[in-house]
Amino acid sequence: MQLEHERGARVYIQKLMVRWFRPVVFLACLGPLARLGWKAYMGRLGANPIEVITHSTGDWILIFLLVTLSITPVRKLTGLLWLIRYRRMFGLFAFFYAVLHFLTYIWLDKFFNLHEMWADVSKRRFITIGFTGFVLLIPLALTSTTGWIRRLGGNRWRALHRLIYVSAIAGVIHYWWLVKADVSKPAQYAFVLSLLLGYRVVAWLVRRNTERKAASVGVRNAEVT
Amino acid sequence: MLIKKAADISSSEITPKSLYLNRRKFLAGTALAGVAAVAAGVGLYEMASASSVAQANTKIDGLQKSPFSTSETNTPYKDVTNYNNYYEFSSDKYEPAGLARNFRTRPWTVTIDGAVRKKQVLDVDTIIKMAAPEERIYRHRCVEGWSIVVPWVGFSLNELIKRADPLPKAKFVEFTTLFDLQQMPGQRSQVLQWPYVEGLRMDEAMHPLALLCFGMYGELLPNQDGAPLRMVIPWKYGFKSIKAIVRIRFVDSQPINTWNISAPSEYGFYSNVNPQVDHPRWSQATERRLGEFRKRPTLMFNGYDQVASLYSGMDLKKNF
Repeated sequence: MQLEHERGARVYIQKLMVRWFRPVVFLACLGPLARLGWKAYMGRLGANPIEVITHSTGDWILIFLLVTLSITPVRKLTGLLWLIRYRRMFGLFAFFYAVLHFLTYIWLDKFFNLHEMWADVSKRRFITIGFTGFVLLIPLALTSTTGWIRRLGGNRWRALHRLIYVSAIAGVIHYWWLVKADVSKPAQYAFVLSLLLGYRVVAWLVRRNTERKAASVGVRNAEVT
Repeated sequence: MLIKKAADISSSEITPKSLYLNRRKFLAGTALAGVAAVAAGVGLYEMASASSVAQANTKIDGLQKSPFSTSETNTPYKDVTNYNNYYEFSSDKYEPAGLARNFRTRPWTVTIDGAVRKKQVLDVDTIIKMAAPEERIYRHRCVEGWSIVVPWVGFSLNELIKRADPLPKAKFVEFTTLFDLQQMPGQRSQVLQWPYVEGLRMDEAMHPLALLCFGMYGELLPNQDGAPLRMVIPWKYGFKSIKAIVRIRFVDSQPINTWNISAPSEYGFYSNVNPQVDHPRWSQATERRLGEFRKRPTLMFNGYDQVASLYSGMDLKKNF
């Protein structure tokens, strides 16, 4: 009887966290853009507003990518399974800020000068790798729906979406390669990213080890019978 | 010396600093009245300390016009005082304004030594009185690709050099910034090798455009802009314009400047503004003039063609 009540309460909280909390989280994710827009409107972006917009949107791409990458480890370590329902939103917001960051570059920096942009992408490696990181997010954004998980099948979809690892690494290197001398901020992102990727490596090793052990037990069982 | 630029503007044409404070800032100021009351209390406490920190906002009398001034619009004072590459305080351009607030600019001495007939240790106020203060409205171009126009106050470095009486073997001038871990928190990290060192070839240092600077916008320099004494070399990238000078040394070999130590393939000794020589990681062909929306083309020597003769015959791609 008591178990029924506990399960009911847990389901209720999970529903709350996903359904009713969702608009709150969505609005919170728009917060950085709203803050930027407000400051721009009030003329409080400082002496070089376009630089601030570029850096701010860039920071938020990395933050959202890291948040997206932290969902799985946090779920596994805390048991808050409903967090998975927010992973797509965070991932798409990373893409959203990436589009803004890219738009700022092609419009406010290059003024749609294709020739100059092409020169940048091909000659300046921090732009090349930044552009790569952005491009890699496009197929992920396009295939983010459950329809696409069905169409591709779980395994293929999962394999495709591992590109987020490459994109995040590209983004951190892009930041590292553009600073003049102070690598402390990119280094902080690199540290967190390495923890989140490290988790995957450990998880993969553990899984492989378990599979090996299970396979050898199966062989021994077969030998016995 | 052929002066190519005539006096473009009279003192009455220069927009008073107060007009740059727009209405919005005035309203914000009114709202801060309550905070100001607290600040006044803190200010009184700070004034009680022996050393003087409030040197900025001291008006400079007897300002003379200069034929070297540009007629381009000054960058607003609030932008020049809140957007500073001053790694001694922070590598964040918005932080030095706050971090340098209590920086002590008096007492301050400058050592003049090296290949000179007599080594001197001069009080900065003695140096400031060496020659008549001129207002030089210069374009200032950062290596990062942004630029400003600042009405600096000072006089040609060659006035000091004359009085320093260098020996014939002096081929370069080397400048050093203060090293003070207590006042300059940025120096606690090795983002650059401290203290900051810069240099000029002797003929560059003697050129009338090279400005020994102690003021801007008609007042003494604010702390975050390099008080109490700095160089302004308008035809070179901004990092050559060393701030908070404590030593001027005459040497016979090319000084190794700090940014060259940091990244030798990216920052050279000459660092002349040159749209044809890109930084390895970004183009130098255009720049963002702060306050403008579109980027503008970068000019050779930042538009100061009168220095071209210093480099005739030099490969400026090699000697970047």
